Amino acid sequence: MTPTDRSRRKRVLVLFAHPAFEKSRVNRELTRAVTGLSGVTFHDLYEAYPDFDVDVRREQSQLVEHDVVVLQHPFYWYGTPPLLKQWIDLVLEHGWAYGKTGRALAGKFVFNAISCGGGERAYRPGGHNRFTIRQLLAPIEQTFTLCRTRYLAPFVVYGTHAIGEADLARHARHLASVVEAMRDGHFDFVRAASAEWMNRDLGDVLTGPAADALGEAR
Amino acid sequence: MPGDFFFQALIYLTAAVVSVPIAKRAGVGSVLGYLIAGIAIGPFVFGFIGDETEEVMHFAEFGVVMMLFLIGLELEPARVWRMRAPIIGLGGLQVAVTTLAIGGIGLALGCTWQAAIAVGLTLALSSTAIVLQTLKEKGLSSTAGGRSAFAVLLLQDIAVIPILAIFPLLGAAGVDDGSHGHTWVADLPGWGKTCAVLGAIVAIVVAGRFLVEPLFRLIASTGLREVFTATALLLVIATATLMTMVGVSPALGTFLAGVVLARSGYRHQLESDIEPFKGLLLGLFFIAVGASIDFELIASAPGTIFGLMGALIAVKFVILFVLGRVFRLGLDQNILFAVCLAQGGEFAFVLLALADRSGILGTSTSAMLLVVVALTMALAPILLLINEKLIQPHVGTRERGDRDPDAIDEANPVIIAGFGSFGNAAGRLLIANGIQTTVLDNDSDRVDLLRKLGLRVYYGDATRESLLHAAGAEHARLLILALGQEQNRSLLATVRKHYPHLQVLVRAHDRRDAYELIEAGVEHVYRGQFHSSVRLGIDALRMLGFRGHQAHRAAQTFIRHDEASLRELARMRHDQREYINAARQRIRDLEVLLRGNLRERDRSEDAGWDATTLRTEFKLNIPIERGGKLAPRPDEADDGDDNGDDPQSDSPPRGSERST
Repeated sequence: MTPTDRSRRKRVLVLFAHPAFEKSRVNRELTRAVTGLSGVTFHDLYEAYPDFDVDVRREQSQLVEHDVVVLQHPFYWYGTPPLLKQWIDLVLEHGWAYGKTGRALAGKFVFNAISCGGGERAYRPGGHNRFTIRQLLAPIEQTFTLCRTRYLAPFVVYGTHAIGEADLARHARHLASVVEAMRDGHFDFVRAASAEWMNRDLGDVLTGPAADALGEAR
Repeated sequence: MPGDFFFQALIYLTAAVVSVPIAKRAGVGSVLGYLIAGIAIGPFVFGFIGDETEEVMHFAEFGVVMMLFLIGLELEPARVWRMRAPIIGLGGLQVAVTTLAIGGIGLALGCTWQAAIAVGLTLALSSTAIVLQTLKEKGLSSTAGGRSAFAVLLLQDIAVIPILAIFPLLGAAGVDDGSHGHTWVADLPGWGKTCAVLGAIVAIVVAGRFLVEPLFRLIASTGLREVFTATALLLVIATATLMTMVGVSPALGTFLAGVVLARSGYRHQLESDIEPFKGLLLGLFFIAVGASIDFELIASAPGTIFGLMGALIAVKFVILFVLGRVFRLGLDQNILFAVCLAQGGEFAFVLLALADRSGILGTSTSAMLLVVVALTMALAPILLLINEKLIQPHVGTRERGDRDPDAIDEANPVIIAGFGSFGNAAGRLLIANGIQTTVLDNDSDRVDLLRKLGLRVYYGDATRESLLHAAGAEHARLLILALGQEQNRSLLATVRKHYPHLQVLVRAHDRRDAYELIEAGVEHVYRGQFHSSVRLGIDALRMLGFRGHQAHRAAQTFIRHDEASLRELARMRHDQREYINAARQRIRDLEVLLRGNLRERDRSEDAGWDATTLRTEFKLNIPIERGGKLAPRPDEADDGDDNGDDPQSDSPPRGSERST
């Protein structure tokens, strides 16, 4: 295992949006997995802006300082909780994030980390929800594509209504591995961009020591 | 002689400067400090001052006049009108019953009936100066007991008018009212006097309503600060003189003038101008009372004098207590009410002198009564102190609720000091969300109610360390300070000293208060009416046609800017800390704020929801479709789909820079 060159490490920003976090079981585990990691900033939007009064300048300067942005949230009516949409509306300004001169986010990586009640089979053509999660996230994918970022497949925890402790713990561990692998450069961003969902097979996207660790865990 | 004057001033001022801070520090209040200073410099201790104290006292009585003017300024006519029942009922009964009781005792002791009535009327009065000053200092003015005491004092001041008229009639020698000099109305028949008084009152009301404001505007426009102060003083003195001339107590006249001006735009300016004079003169008055206590006379007949003193206090106390019962004061408020009025008043000095001259009382009797009155006045602050420290903790509303002792140590995480209109909103929110909250309050009716509802409530002066300790400050996490400005400060100091771990959230009374709290290092400062005022502003904007969300966002932006400017200005003020008159500073602060708001008015916010730049970029990209016209103003072009202009305009050749 070679030590990662610090200067090449990517900085990861987790934008977390949950209007009733205190009642959440799954997201409590997922957030616990990604908080406190070195090189990872955890930003709880509903804690910072309970009145939806998003501080645009602060958010923009924080974005500029990171290379990877994780939008972590429960899947509400096939979309984000309202504060995250508010955040998108206000922070991704024309002339800053998009438009002719808007290049502040160019080259950054963005993906959603989602928990949803339905199972994997519900999210496919012919299933209960008729579309895959990736298809349903098209507006966000296009938003961030227009902002010149590279949008990756979502990290999904399916079937949260019936999930067991062991599965939940595994998902939390996997999310942490993904974030750490991205940070340390042990991650195949090209494959992650084309996957249906990122954690369908982590062996596909993790590389080097991260992949080895995953293999050992299995 | 000027040398004499300066020496006198030196003595009085030194005495005040030395004794009052000591008294304050010892927790006994400034009034007692002044009285002790007076005794100390008086003829019987150091003897710096002597015979002239009576003159000084007459002069200093003007402090009482000013105090009533200031009290009037804080009372709107409607509030006085609402108090008419306690003023006339409670006050009238107090004067009547006390006069009869003391007169009866006088008759029993062998006085003539004239002397009995004169003494009864004289001793029925209490000391407005001492009582109101002490109540204000202790923050008790707005309690039920404090308000009742004020009502009674007001009626006593009114009653002085007929009493002054009755005295000459009682006098065997038929001497005229010499104490107030000759008045315009001395030779008029009874109805003429009444007309003159009514005329004077009408004159004050009319002048206060229609003349004073333009006059002050004129004076203020000269920009000469001292002329404004002079005008304020002139106003008070002119009113006092006019009332004296028609035979009414000057204190009552200026009180009336104050009430009339309570709604004037210059109210605060008047207040801040008169306040220092009032303070100094009242101090002087208390010193003079202290100095006038004739210890030689006391030494010659200590039994009689102390006996009379005790009897006077006891009789007044019992009558007040019974009346308080009748008027349904709670036990502890009733004790406060009775204790605080159980003394002779400053009008007794005038009335006793008059009784002496009119031949109603012998000189020796009036001198003795004078000492008794002065002693009871000196004792008044001490009795109030005893009431506060020794009696109140044991009666009626106790400091601590009646709970099993085990429960006392289990501390609540939040303590709220002051459950008035401000504190109770925060408190109710916490309670509604299941947060255990301990309340400190000194309004006994409220305390009883809260206890009935099962809250843990401590009654008493929240600024005392012992009360905080009892309330479990050691184990609490938050302390909410929602008391009066002064009390907040003093509690803050106590908390910093004894419970530095407590996070404090402080109610600021206004912007100035907020500045000072921030300067004092308080992080969580909440301005009293700021948020409800902004809330009102939102509704006003909506009524003017703003959309709900637009008004709401505008208010959010405003609050954010204002909070930032609050902190910035607090720092700036710290740099240029010069003494500027309070009212003027307030105006200056307002000017800075308004200028800031006007400057920033056009600053665009929420650019993410504003498609102006997008539209510009779009048009520059496809000029043919829009005929190459200049971009219309966004609101004209707005088709209600502001954000709908999809950001699909990929890479136009030229675009506008966003100016944020």
